[in-house]
Amino acid sequence: MQDIEKLEQDLLAQIGEVSDLDALESLRISALGKKGSVSLMMRGLGQMDPAERQTVAPKLNKLKNTVGEAIERAKAALHAAALDAKLAEERIDITLPVRHETTGRIHPISQVMDEITEIFAGMGFDVAEGPDIENDFNNFTALNIPPEHPARQMHDTFYLPEKEDGSRQLLRTHTSTVQIRTMQSKKPPHRIVVPGRTFRSDSDQTHTPMFHQIEGLVIDKTSHMGHLKGVLAEFCKAFFELDEVTMRFRPSYFPFTEPSAEMDIRCTFAGDHVKVGEGDDWLEILGCGMVNPRVLEHCGLDPTEYQGFAWGMGIDRIAMLKYGIPDLRAFFDSDLRWLKHYGFVPLDVPTLGGGLSR
Amino acid sequence: MKFTVSWLKEHLEFDASLDELSDKLTSIGLEVEDILDHSKKLDAFRVAHVIEAVPHPDADRLRVCKVDTGKEVVQVVCGAPNARTGMKGVFAPSGAYVPGTDLLLKPTKIRGVESNGMLVSEREMGISDEHDGIIEMPEDAEIGASFVHLAGLDDPMIEIAITPNHQDALGVYGIARDLAASGFGKLKPLNTTAIAGAFESPISVRLNFTDVDPMPCSKFAGRYIRGVKNGPSPKWLQKKLLAIGLRPISALVDITNLVTFDLARPLHVFDADKINGDIQARLAKDGETLLALDGEEYKLDSDACVIADDTHALGLGGIMGGELSGCSEDTVNVFIETALFDPVRIATTGRKLGIESDARYRFERGVDPAFVEPAVEIATRLILDLCGGEPSEVVIAGEGPNWYKTVELRKSRVKELGGIDVPVQEMVTILDRLGFAPQEAGEVLRTTVPSWRMDVAGEADLVEEVLRIYGYDNIEPVPLPIENVVAKPAVNAKQRRVRIAKRALAVRSMMEAVTWSFLPRAHADLFGGVPDDIVLVNPISADLDAMRPSLLPNLIAAAGRNHARGFTDISLFEVGSEYHSDQPEGQVMVAGGIRGGQTSSRHWAGGGRKFDAYDAKADVLVLLEAVGGPASSVQVVTGAPEWYHPGRSGVMQLGPKNRLAAFGEIHPRVLEAMKVKGPIVGFEIYLDNIPLPKTKETARPPLVVSDYQFVERDFAFEVDVEIPAETIIRAARGSDKKLITDVSVFDIYQGEKITAGKKSVAFSVRLQPTDRTLTEEEIDAVAAKVIGNIEKATGGSLRQ
Repeated sequence: MQDIEKLEQDLLAQIGEVSDLDALESLRISALGKKGSVSLMMRGLGQMDPAERQTVAPKLNKLKNTVGEAIERAKAALHAAALDAKLAEERIDITLPVRHETTGRIHPISQVMDEITEIFAGMGFDVAEGPDIENDFNNFTALNIPPEHPARQMHDTFYLPEKEDGSRQLLRTHTSTVQIRTMQSKKPPHRIVVPGRTFRSDSDQTHTPMFHQIEGLVIDKTSHMGHLKGVLAEFCKAFFELDEVTMRFRPSYFPFTEPSAEMDIRCTFAGDHVKVGEGDDWLEILGCGMVNPRVLEHCGLDPTEYQGFAWGMGIDRIAMLKYGIPDLRAFFDSDLRWLKHYGFVPLDVPTLGGGLSR
Repeated sequence: MKFTVSWLKEHLEFDASLDELSDKLTSIGLEVEDILDHSKKLDAFRVAHVIEAVPHPDADRLRVCKVDTGKEVVQVVCGAPNARTGMKGVFAPSGAYVPGTDLLLKPTKIRGVESNGMLVSEREMGISDEHDGIIEMPEDAEIGASFVHLAGLDDPMIEIAITPNHQDALGVYGIARDLAASGFGKLKPLNTTAIAGAFESPISVRLNFTDVDPMPCSKFAGRYIRGVKNGPSPKWLQKKLLAIGLRPISALVDITNLVTFDLARPLHVFDADKINGDIQARLAKDGETLLALDGEEYKLDSDACVIADDTHALGLGGIMGGELSGCSEDTVNVFIETALFDPVRIATTGRKLGIESDARYRFERGVDPAFVEPAVEIATRLILDLCGGEPSEVVIAGEGPNWYKTVELRKSRVKELGGIDVPVQEMVTILDRLGFAPQEAGEVLRTTVPSWRMDVAGEADLVEEVLRIYGYDNIEPVPLPIENVVAKPAVNAKQRRVRIAKRALAVRSMMEAVTWSFLPRAHADLFGGVPDDIVLVNPISADLDAMRPSLLPNLIAAAGRNHARGFTDISLFEVGSEYHSDQPEGQVMVAGGIRGGQTSSRHWAGGGRKFDAYDAKADVLVLLEAVGGPASSVQVVTGAPEWYHPGRSGVMQLGPKNRLAAFGEIHPRVLEAMKVKGPIVGFEIYLDNIPLPKTKETARPPLVVSDYQFVERDFAFEVDVEIPAETIIRAARGSDKKLITDVSVFDIYQGEKITAGKKSVAFSVRLQPTDRTLTEEEIDAVAAKVIGNIEKATGGSLRQ
């Protein structure tokens, strides 16, 4: 009896002292293995008389269980300690910078074109396009710009060489050319917007020889200036993401519209930043008007039957306004620092449902 | 167009404030661009008394003045020669802004003597060029009184933008007439009563044109005035001209300027004693020269219309007078020219000779054809008033163009086009005040277009006239009727691909650039060149003269600019047009990109490497897939354009005739010519060539997956270095098209361990059974077939 108790004490003491898994395993074998001290005692049960066996057996079983459990506990503790030690070894410097991953950028012009398209799609417009190199008819004549008009002169328009028949192609000076192409190729009604490159021989702080415009055209039998104002009001609110944008329509003149107007929006100039929507100043953002009957006639439409309106707006300019971009010329310089700063990550896809901008 | 409020008031009675005037002008289409209100800007400049002026102890030319400003006595150091004790001058205190010198005054020391504020000259105030000394005020001027007020400068100057259709508003009277039409004030009548001639004009006029249509000069009215005395014009006239930025010259010249700006009616006054014989309007002779009033000698051709005497051209009709026949202080007899010129010819000649003048500006926009005789009378009256003299009878040649035209306005059109109900009575009033003399006739208003509104040609113009005066602001915005409650896509399949292409490339860490559509022709030549017909005749600069035949050169140049800023790891793309002819089909939509430097900058964990042609190839494949192109069936072959490295580039095509893309390393010779450091890889994807899906099918084909595990076997072949990997891959795939689902190359070796001229290609083949697990024998059988096929296709052998 005393042997059992002593053995238990000895074994538990030894288990308590073990410091590694191998030693613990040897100890387990020396106690619970086939020839282990506990096993040998268990084997002695066979020689006992039944009465003695009945008293000893439970004690031996208890000894076996106690020792077994103690070994398991020690094992778990050693495992945990070993893992802790291993993890302590594996420590990294979490302040080190991560691997470089760069995301590209979408140019503000592309982004703003997508925003504009989104808004006008919501009002039932299609996107139409036309070539950058145009003929004189589409760029001028059909738009009621007579030959002596200053815009036709060399200082405004980029010309390509004169052909044998005296005609010469040019770089379109406005996206209005696509009004003509659309009206000539399809039957009304028309509701289109035309984003695209335009060219004028102008280069200074605020002008670049290439820039971007978006043209709008609505042709049907009933659309009038009230609709024109309505469309542009909705556009301004949606584009500048404001509840209200105060607008002003001023009478103006364009050969291809009659009546013609220029649209100003309220703004405040604070230093080099312009805040749109409210304020004491006006900012001109587009020209518009009812399509001149002569333009309709040039496109083979009967002005007593069809009417509509058109507008043209500088994409680069409204991009600068909305996103606070100071210098137009930098748009076309491809400076990586500029692109990264003013560009948009590709996942910022403007949608009406998800928002145009962040 | 500039004018002052008091000038406007000479023609228009009104009481409204400056702000109201400004708003009204803009709302009727005479957009106010600037208002110069001296009374605000120069309010700090006040009359002051110089109590004492003594020489500066350390400077001969300076005086130290004690100045009584009315509020205090301050010490001012002044350099003006006329600063003296007892005078009254104009003083600006510390804190005032001095416009003429762009200076904000503050207390200072001049050569050691304290000075507060400034006694100013007219130039320093920014009101004239006068700088001989400080302004001297009359002795009785009240100390502390506003100089601007005393000098009569408190007359705000307004500058408005004039649209090309508003030639009538190029004179103050026309502006007054337009304002009056809008109900803003009352127009005062002009005095155009004829002045009787005292004698017959010794100079006659004639129009000397044969077979020119339209007539370069269609009407010429003239009048001789003898015994005038020229000299400086009176103060009131000088002040008027100065206020709008014109320099007074002499009474006779100032009168012509006055009529030009007051009545939009340019005219000319000759010194009659410098005219030989009679006056005629004719076309110039080729090579004829004229010394014009601007001091330049112009060489004319037979397109120009001149006013000439019997021997010489005297002036360029409607553009500029001649120096030799101009008026001077000694002029005694004058001849007034009031003529009508063909606007187109004026514009052409003016442009050809590069002459900008107030006369040209008005004539090329159209001068009132019915205002020839009244203008003569007005000019005569002014000359008689200011210079004296005795007028002849008026001589007239020609009748001028027939300007009379009637236009009908259907009353309903105002609402139909303008979207606003304007009462008919209101339409009539507006048109009447504008001079259209409307007559109601049933559903229409019959109008006669006034002679000063040559631009009005049709009904829409009348709608604009009514609306602009009635007020665009009164038009209610209304939404466009919606056709589809949920909007349909605005873009078509091709436009959609352009949008996707941009975002796909940006996701691949590329920066989108937007570069010029033009470039130096020398760069174009490096990229296949352009035909002469897409080289600009008038480029903005010599190095932007050709339309780009490729997107790459501008991107490479951009890389060069970024290199110069110290940035060498570059990934740029552009999606835009390249141009091959001057016709629409010559414009092709391309996604182009370049990469140079390292894939990522140096990092402690390593990982950066140089961009190579395979990066460009990957860009192409990803983009093809992104836009729904046939990325898996495309053929990759050599034969990229000459601007690529001949051995490190390729082409992706669908058959030999449909090239979808080119990619690879840019030819070092190209980079050298562009002075950009390489290597740079690039690609051009011809978006228009990628076939569009034939039908729009949203449903995907069903997913087929196998329940049985795939097996992979690795092979390594030794083949000639010339053999493309593609050949091996195709041969392997072809061994069992059903079972083999993937072949992937995982090693390429060339070097000492194998025969010279050979390379080792190692790849793994994946077998995917669909109905049972493959047996070892079956796998071996496929493997044997793979080996056999590749040996046959490449002449190579399995490495043991």
